[in-house]
Parts: sequence; structure tokens; C-alpha cells
Amino acid sequence: MTTRSTFLGAAAVLALSTGAALADPAVIFDLGGKFDKSFNESAFTGAERWKAETGTAYGEFELTAEPQREQAIRRFAEQGYSPIVMVGFMSATPLNEIAPDYPDTKFVIVDAVVEQPNVQSVVFNEHEGSYLVGMLAGMASESGTVGFVGGMDIPLIRKFGCGYAQGVKAANPDATVLANFTGTTPAAWNDPARGSELTLAQISQGADVVFAAAGATGVGVLQTAADEDILSIGVDSNQNYLHPGEVLTSMVKRVDNAVYDAMKAGEAVEPGVQVLGVASEGVGYALDEHNEALITPEMRAAVDDASARIASGELTVHDYMSDETCPAISF
Amino acid sequence: MDRMPRWADLVLIPVISLLLAAVISGLVILAIGHNPLEALGIMVSGSVGSTYGWGYTLYYATNFMFTGLAVAVANHARLFNIGGEGQAVIGGLGVALVALYIPWPHWSLALLGSIAASALFGAAWAAIPAILQAKRGSHIVITTIMFNFIAAALLNYLLVGPLKPTGTMETATAPFPEATHIPSFRDMFSFGETILFRGTPANLAFFLAVLLCLLVWLLIWKTRLGYEIRAFGFSEGAARYAGIGSTKIIVVTMLISGALAGMMAVNNTLGEAERLILNAVEGAGFIGIAVALMGRSHPLGVFLASILFGILYQGGGELQFALGIPREMIVVIQALVIMFTGALDNMVRMPLERLFARRRPAPAPVAPPGPTLHPPGRPAAPTNPGTAATE
Repeated sequence: MTTRSTFLGAAAVLALSTGAALADPAVIFDLGGKFDKSFNESAFTGAERWKAETGTAYGEFELTAEPQREQAIRRFAEQGYSPIVMVGFMSATPLNEIAPDYPDTKFVIVDAVVEQPNVQSVVFNEHEGSYLVGMLAGMASESGTVGFVGGMDIPLIRKFGCGYAQGVKAANPDATVLANFTGTTPAAWNDPARGSELTLAQISQGADVVFAAAGATGVGVLQTAADEDILSIGVDSNQNYLHPGEVLTSMVKRVDNAVYDAMKAGEAVEPGVQVLGVASEGVGYALDEHNEALITPEMRAAVDDASARIASGELTVHDYMSDETCPAISF
Repeated sequence: MDRMPRWADLVLIPVISLLLAAVISGLVILAIGHNPLEALGIMVSGSVGSTYGWGYTLYYATNFMFTGLAVAVANHARLFNIGGEGQAVIGGLGVALVALYIPWPHWSLALLGSIAASALFGAAWAAIPAILQAKRGSHIVITTIMFNFIAAALLNYLLVGPLKPTGTMETATAPFPEATHIPSFRDMFSFGETILFRGTPANLAFFLAVLLCLLVWLLIWKTRLGYEIRAFGFSEGAARYAGIGSTKIIVVTMLISGALAGMMAVNNTLGEAERLILNAVEGAGFIGIAVALMGRSHPLGVFLASILFGILYQGGGELQFALGIPREMIVVIQALVIMFTGALDNMVRMPLERLFARRRPAPAPVAPPGPTLHPPGRPAAPTNPGTAATE
């Protein structure tokens, strides 16, 4: 992953945006819907920011069924929208088949790589951001046991969990990481009650910091952690404000920036793979007025040091997706 | 001793229910600031106004026919199979295994193999709840629901681990080999320059579903087994007294039901996605319940109700494209149709029955309809079983 060329997302895109955008962009949200308080909503925020700045409308579609992936991509392409931005890795295979049919249309896919001459693929190094919050969890934990609550058990979420566990172990080699997944159906992304149960179970096993990478399920995790006076870690968006002083930090994944940048670039969007990691501030940990009292200067120094070493390539965080194993935890 | 003519039961009640649903949906659309007539026009033209629309409508309808027939067959034995979802998931697994690991020389053979595998897997998944019901009295509703979750978990395990090609993010198997791709409507109906059904997912499996409608009709009304199934459904005690073994009927009915649900995978997995994806079934198993209720558990009714739900699905998507109506509102519209045609059946039926009773100098009506124990999708037990066998 680190050998792949890393674009400085925002800067590169700004430079390209001089080309006049003739067509309107379109955004295709994944099955979670644009108000999922997480991944899709982040994309929606980016699109709305672009709309507010330019005053231009954009096409949008929220998927409700799998065959609609192809339908929505083709519909927007035939209506002349460009670029067509889609979020979610499940659109990769349909896009790979459809993109050659519309060589003059630009496509952007977030969270997956599609190797076509008119497709820009934006992927995030979630394992790097998760590593950073894992370090914070390892340092903040007094019991030496920390928890991870994933949403649906899919490779992407294991990637979060694996990075997190490595970070915890880096900060405290003796620490125990408990990992649970909410479920095996898409309902797992929106089950705060179950998130709450899993958090209580992890607390009973000694966890005093819990990282939720579970979409709207995480709301229940953060709530229970606050109720039980332990620390929690939010995901995707900055969720520190949900329970000020009780959320240790959030692993932010700037899907909004990726979507915004793509829409801003318009038809001049650069095909190829963009890897947004710690270096390009595509992922990271959130520090604001709600959690500054929780992050001691030592913790901050340690994380910023790790962050710099990841950015320079000196420190490599193992990516679960590279070989589907994890040195720090077994799922 | 019908309280009203058969045409009223089969045609008038669904039509009135649909009109009521349409009126309420229209009010909902009006409330969110759109023109209901325009919305209706978009839904109709988007779903049945072009081969493109039909290509999607019939694809969805095909899914619902499989699961609707599955529920309908079980209904005839008064077994409420809520497990169509799980059986279709496992049927998909069967299709994926034969398509991926057997080197088929030609799609026609792959199709036959897939039909067999999906039916077998679906039936196997229904077999356990069936045996538990027959031998231990574990309620089929509870066990089939539970088996939906087990199926989801099993598929999730397989698609996150063993069946997933390494290095991909997608929770799906590798694409099936070229030789297993069955013809789509586009391949079948496009001649020369005219390309019809462009980019649509409808495929050969539609004809399989139609064939199964016919076969289910033959099974239920023209065979001895079908007679036994219906007799068992009307009265378990009487059926047993007549020498019909309840264990056999429960198990066989559920096997047929599970096989029908499992075969849905021929449409969505072999025909459309051409790989097994985690979210392939997408609630079609549950829509099948509504389809069977609306279709009165009759194959022709199931066929028509499936087309209607296909129109709702595709038309709903078009509404989102054309008017930007949020998808939640589309679910509301779909739910209204289900509610009026399925759950609120008696609301239309009872006044109509009274109306017909008044118009006819009928012999003294039997007991008032009242709350009934049988599912609304099935006619009440006729007083004269001898006439029930004829259609």
C-alpha cells in the first residue's frame, strides 16, 4: 500500500480544477442511505458543501437494491452527468463493466479500486488512522484491556480492527484487545441496542476504552461507554461532541473531502488511484475542545510522532487487506 | 356456499384495495410537494413503458414469483414459511458452488445444474424446520425466522473468508466463468440493429418462474399429493383420519417450498449478478409473503402480484431518478400497497360481502366472517370439500 504513489489529494485536485466543468456531477449513495450518520452521510456532507459553494445542483441516487448499481450508473452516464461519484466498495464490479461503455464520462469510486482509464479510485488507509487511535486507547487504558466493536463482519471493518489492535500493542505490548462484531447482515450498521450490549460485555471483561467502527450502531456504543464512565472512540466523522469529555477521540475518514474534491474537479478529475492516508490527512485522529483534556501532552507527542513516521514511510502499519491476516489480533 | 361471486373475490377485491392504496399514496406524495398524477405517470411509464422498464420490472417480478410460490405452497398446508429469505440465500450458495467449481461446457448445462443445486440447497435449508415441526412441534414460523439469521451468518462467514477472492474488498465470490452466463432478455430479444432490454437484468430465469407457476398449479390441484396438502391444510385432524400422514405432508410441503425459494438464486445470482454477493436476496423472501397473500396462494395470483410488485420496485426507482423523491417515501408507498392488499383484506372484503349478500336472495348466510383463524390469503374451508378440488 505504501509503495503505491500517494497523491496529495486536495492540492492535486485544486490544481486540476482550472478546467471548466461542463456537466453536472452526480453522486450515488450506497445501500446505507445518505443519512446513516456515518460513511454515506459523510459523502452527502461533501456533496452539499460543493453545492453550497457553487450553487449548482447535482444528481443523486440512493440505492435500494443491488441491480440498481448498474442502473444508476448507466442512467447518470446517459443523462450526461460527469463526474459520477459513487461511494461503497460493492459498486466496483459493476463500474468496472460499465466504465468502458462511456469513455467520455468520468467516474469516481470511493473505497474501492477500479482500473479503468476514466475512473478515479479513492481509497483510504483506514488501518493507519485506526493505528493512531489504537495508540491513544493503549495509553489511556488503565486496566490494560481495550475493546473494538465492529459493525458488519466484512474485510473493511477487520482492516479497522487490525490497525487498531496494532496501535494498542505498540503503546502497551501487554494490552488485551477484545473484538466483537455486531452482526452478519446490513442491519448490523444500524443496531445501537446491540452495540450497547456488546460494550457492556466488553466492560465486564475489563475494557475501559472502546472503539466503535460500526456506523449508526456506534451511537449505542458511545452512549453506553459514557453511561458506564469509560472512554470511547468514534469513527468516520468527528464524534467527539456526542459526549464531551467521554469520547477519547474519533478516527476520522474524510469521505466528505474525497467527494467534495471530485465534484470540484469536475470533468478534469484525474483518473487513477488516490490513496488517502495519514500523510494526506485523509485519515487521522480528531482533537478538539471536547477531548483535549483527555489527551495528555505525552500521548499527543507519541501519536504525532507515529503519525509523522507513518507519513514518511518509516513505520508501516500492517494492512489486513494485503494478506487477510492480522499480526496483532485474530478475528 | 360462496358469499360472493368468484370474480369479485379474485378481481374486485384486489382492484379496490389497490385503488385505496393509490389514493393514500397520492395524498402522501401531495404532502411532500409533488403532483401525484405526475408521479403515477412516471411510475407506470418507467416500469412498463419501455423494454428498459420491463427488463427491470420482470427481473424483480421473477424473484418474487419464486418466493411467492414458495410461501403459497406452504400456505396450502397451513404452514407459514417465513424462511424464504434464508432458503434463497442458501440456494444462492448452491448456485455459486456449482458455477464456480464445475467446468460447465455450455450455459444450458450450467443452468440445469444450477436449478438442481439451488433447489436442493433451498430444500435442505427448509428440511430442518420441517422435521422439527413434524416431529417435535417446534413452530415453523419461529424456526424458519431463526434459520434466516443462520443463513445470513453462514453466507457472511463464507463471503468474508473461504469463498472470497483474496485482496478484494467486496463481500462476493469471484465472477462465474463465461460458460455459465445464461442469456438475458437482451440476448434473446434483440435482432440485428434493434437492441431491446438494453442493460437490464431480466433473464431466462423468468421463463423458469412462469413454468414453475404452471407446475405448482398442477401439483396443488391436479395431483394426489396436492390434494393431500390441501386436505391437511383445511383440517389436520380430518386429513389424518383419512390416512394422510402429517409428518410426510409437513416435510414434503416444506421441501417443495424451500426448493422454490432456493431457485430464486437462478435469477439473481446466476442470471443477474453472475457471482454470489452477500446482499443478493434483499428481502425478496419477505416480499414473497405479501405476494402470496395478495395472490390468494394461487399461482396465477402469485404471477400477477409479482408483476405488480416488480412495477412498484422499478417504478419506485424511477420516481427517485425523476423527482428526487427520497427512497423512504417509496418504501412508504410500497408498504401501503402491501398493507391494503394483504393485511387489510377484510376491510374491503366484509362490506363487499354484505353488498353481495343483499343483492342476492341468498339462502340464509352461514356464520358471519368475523375474525378467522386461517390466513387471509386462503379461502375459508368450504362446507363441501368435494367441490374444492375443482378449479
